[in-house]
Amino acid sequence: MEYTPNTADDRRQMLERIGVGAFDELLNGIPASIPRAKFSVVPPGCTEPELVRDIQALAAKNQTAAHRSFLGAGAYEHWVPSVVRYLTSRGEFLTAYTPYQAEASQGTLQAMYEFQTLICELTGMDVANASLYDGATSTAEAALLALRHTQRSRIVVAATLHPEYRQVLQTYLKQAGVRIVEAPHADGVTSVVEAERAIDDQTAAVVVPMPNVFGCLEPAEALAARARAVGALSVVVVNPLALGVLKPPGAYGVDIVVGEGQPLGLSLQYGGPYLGLFACRGEHLRRVPGRLVGMTNDARGRRGFTLTLQTREQHIRRSKATSNICTNEGLCALAATVYLCALGRQGFRELAEQNIAKAHYAQQQLTAIPGVTPLFPKAPFFNEFALQLPCQAATLNERLLARGFLGGLDLRRVDPALDRGWLVCVTETKSKAEIDALAAAVREAL
Amino acid sequence: MKPTADLGTGYKLVPGTGPHRASEPLIFERSVSGRRGFSLPPLDVPMPPAGVTAWIPAERLRAAPAALPEVSERELVQHFMKLAHQNFSVETNFYPLGSCTMKYNPRIHEELTALPGFSTAHPYEPDAAVQGTLQLLGELGQWLGDILGMDGVTLQPAAGAHGEFTGLLMARAYHEAQGRSRKKVVVPDSSHGTNPASAALCGYEVVEVRSNARGRVDLAALHRAVDQDTAVFMLTNPNTLGLFEEEILEISRLVHGVGGLMYLDGANMNALLGLFRPGDMGFDITHVNIHKTFSIPHGSGGPGGGPVGVKRHLVPFLPGPLLKKEGQAYRWVEAPPSSIGRVRAFAGNIGAMVRAYLYIKTLGAEGLRHVAEHAILNANYLKARLKTAYTVPVDEPCMHEFVASAVEQKRLGVKALDIAKRLLDYGCYAPTIYFPLIVEEALMIEPSETESRQALDQFADALLAIAQEAKTNPGQVQMAPHTLPVERLDEVRAAREPNLRWRPSPDGARPQGALQGPGP
Amino acid sequence: MANRDALRFTKTHEWFDPTAGAVGITEHAQEEISDVVFVELPNVGTVVRAGQEAAVVESVKAAFSIYAPVAGTITAVNERLRREPALVNTAPHGDGWIFTLKAQDPAAAAALMTQVQYQAWIVTEKDSGGVHAEHS
Repeated sequence: MEYTPNTADDRRQMLERIGVGAFDELLNGIPASIPRAKFSVVPPGCTEPELVRDIQALAAKNQTAAHRSFLGAGAYEHWVPSVVRYLTSRGEFLTAYTPYQAEASQGTLQAMYEFQTLICELTGMDVANASLYDGATSTAEAALLALRHTQRSRIVVAATLHPEYRQVLQTYLKQAGVRIVEAPHADGVTSVVEAERAIDDQTAAVVVPMPNVFGCLEPAEALAARARAVGALSVVVVNPLALGVLKPPGAYGVDIVVGEGQPLGLSLQYGGPYLGLFACRGEHLRRVPGRLVGMTNDARGRRGFTLTLQTREQHIRRSKATSNICTNEGLCALAATVYLCALGRQGFRELAEQNIAKAHYAQQQLTAIPGVTPLFPKAPFFNEFALQLPCQAATLNERLLARGFLGGLDLRRVDPALDRGWLVCVTETKSKAEIDALAAAVREAL
Repeated sequence: MKPTADLGTGYKLVPGTGPHRASEPLIFERSVSGRRGFSLPPLDVPMPPAGVTAWIPAERLRAAPAALPEVSERELVQHFMKLAHQNFSVETNFYPLGSCTMKYNPRIHEELTALPGFSTAHPYEPDAAVQGTLQLLGELGQWLGDILGMDGVTLQPAAGAHGEFTGLLMARAYHEAQGRSRKKVVVPDSSHGTNPASAALCGYEVVEVRSNARGRVDLAALHRAVDQDTAVFMLTNPNTLGLFEEEILEISRLVHGVGGLMYLDGANMNALLGLFRPGDMGFDITHVNIHKTFSIPHGSGGPGGGPVGVKRHLVPFLPGPLLKKEGQAYRWVEAPPSSIGRVRAFAGNIGAMVRAYLYIKTLGAEGLRHVAEHAILNANYLKARLKTAYTVPVDEPCMHEFVASAVEQKRLGVKALDIAKRLLDYGCYAPTIYFPLIVEEALMIEPSETESRQALDQFADALLAIAQEAKTNPGQVQMAPHTLPVERLDEVRAAREPNLRWRPSPDGARPQGALQGPGP
Repeated sequence: MANRDALRFTKTHEWFDPTAGAVGITEHAQEEISDVVFVELPNVGTVVRAGQEAAVVESVKAAFSIYAPVAGTITAVNERLRREPALVNTAPHGDGWIFTLKAQDPAAAAALMTQVQYQAWIVTEKDSGGVHAEHS
């Protein structure tokens, strides 16, 4: 199957108009010393029915759909309302590109303006951009902004930040000679005393997750205050869903809020595409990475929307741009916009509350099992919690998989010392019966 | 200025798309307290009388729910459908945006990518449970390596610019492993803005070399620019003028001669597909914008994907983890310490990779070559039709795109921007304008292989009509567009008084069009 | 602002008032740049070399570097430009001044062009492309 409409007759007429006899004459300027492509493993091509048959078979090799999942750790299963998929599959959004011609892209531009507004509202910040790649790269961009703003060279990062986010920070910052200092945790949350020791007048940013990789709520307010005291910027890495109930970071003086927007209406897709959120205080506006959409008017005074403050960006500022980003995650931002509007003011809060209630119910049921205890009993948590198991988490997960459950994260992935640590995530998608069934399966498996 | 009903080019104004069409209020302005667009199942686990404060201290909670809009599902759908109708897109319009390869995106891809096996897989599932996805990623990596002529491929980068960053970090790690840190990245003056921006992000100093009169890399200038301090020469081939860099083998020899690496910005890979391979031209590293060449819908600005292919000597530096095939099974293994590390969380934009896999599998080797051939033919055909009215600075056979210039029209007071805006009235999206920077009043036109001869003719007719209008009625062009929901927007105001978010007016009234700054 | 005859000019289209130390962009430059939407001001106390980028003037689609005409220390910046960048367009030689500079060498300004020399120079420069945006 090919998607090229022109027939042999069309091509002949076109070549005639161009004034060449055969297609290859158009390539005459290319020296013969460059070999023509030869493929060894590219497949031969197929029709739609053949494709569907093969791909359904391939998708069926994934056992995913058959399992009830209690796995989170940075990627979360939530119910995605049908309208989110419908509206994001509309060709007018799906097959447009970056809205360079504003007059022919008002739909995308207005939706992005609405997205920016929603993210500002959730985070309590003045400005939000039209998205970045994912939560990890947004975190790195926040660190870069802080390094430029402060002209300093050290970043203090909570050790409870998702390990892959910490790895991405390393990748982004090491060649700039930036030192990344990890602030250790005690009982599942960053120790403010230890962090204070790490934060000094050379610190550009203090990066704190909320909730953290163990699901626990961090003393982000105290850490942000400490950052402010030494002239560093505070960066809070959020799960935006938790902001349905948690105090917005803007309310406690945070400079930059970043996060992974996947919980807002995006399916898991084995890790992406997801949605990098980036919001900050107004004073940092000129250093924001990525696209920004602004409201303005046309000559008749009609309201309209346009990409704005583009002199920050690579296509104008080139090597002096605030970031190298060009294409972001526009369609994912649209999905999040539709999702948040579908849930609405009450619905979004209820959703966050249901996540908390179900996670706490599950924690209660699981810790009633002999030998299973909370790993960090003191810290409040959102929709995931860490448990200490009587056996290795990997062993338990294997047994659960055989029973149709995708168990929690083996915490050795976060910290090899957490030998029997197990991170369980419970969202609104799990019924009481499913949670009870998990508890029964765990009891049996142990 | 009244819109003409028939533009004489086969395009007719569709009733309801004229300037009388009312703009859609913001979703916040449609909000009515108490409405809902989605209902959660009732909570079936206990909620204490104190609510969530039983678990989370009240001082950590928000005082009031976030002020999200309250709309019914019907209103929600209507709102976004009205917005959809204000967009031009590949599915609805000719979309010749140069350098962006706005080809048709097969619908079957959307359906298959949404199969639950793919779409609901969690990134931390055990490898044994996601063999379907892993096999797909493994084979896609192999295929891309074959297509690019590269020995190793990472699928992790989320976009082209992200791929550039990844590729340059690998180059950096390679040079450091050789014990010779280098300082410079050299780019042509016709390069994409992401090239210097990515190089700067990797800590490199950027040196630009001039293009020659034929729009190609000036070999003598390059000779002067590269030395023992040159880490990488970044090049787009075909370049941003749509021209093949015929001296590419000499260029590679020159750069390799001083110990530098050759980086291909794969933005224009659509022109090479099945015809030539970057690896056979001396490139050591290349990213490919899969949303361009491999037909991932552009999504109003992403998500895309930027896989990077490298030659054998750079394989040790690929980001991790790495996908390995053992027998019939795939599994992730940790990358060696020489790896540059991770560039994002999880395995990449997998949804985009699934579509790229479907595309390659459907077209096959021969179909891929036809893509490049038809893309090249379409571009040359358009160029032949347009050069009677527009200047083509380098009038040689082009590859998949070409750059025309509106210098003639500018003498009449009609700029490239005006022509772009007038095209919108004719139902065509605009070419990329004012890029590359080395062409005055540039119109960068990339029709892609999926447009028919008739569609190309209609677009050419529109551009020719506009060239005529520039002579007879320049005001019509200078004031365009006339048929869209808004006329040209006040971008100066947008930049001077940035209004980047909506705020309710203090008295609760709906501030139609009220402009407010973001606040300090 | 001082008498125009006392002003000195650079090839990068800054004017410099050797008496007051004020720096701005020329009438010619503001016309080429068109609507200024933002001015990035330096920090007071910054030491700059002659020809070093000291400020940035932005239009909607381009950014223009403003270079220090002579070596010295930034002594003041025009705070009004933060709210009213358009002053660079409406009064480039007056209220649209950008910063003041205490020259390291008070005689350094003598090396710059006079008003007459500058006017002659922009005519010749026009043929070679006019004011260059840093990137446009």
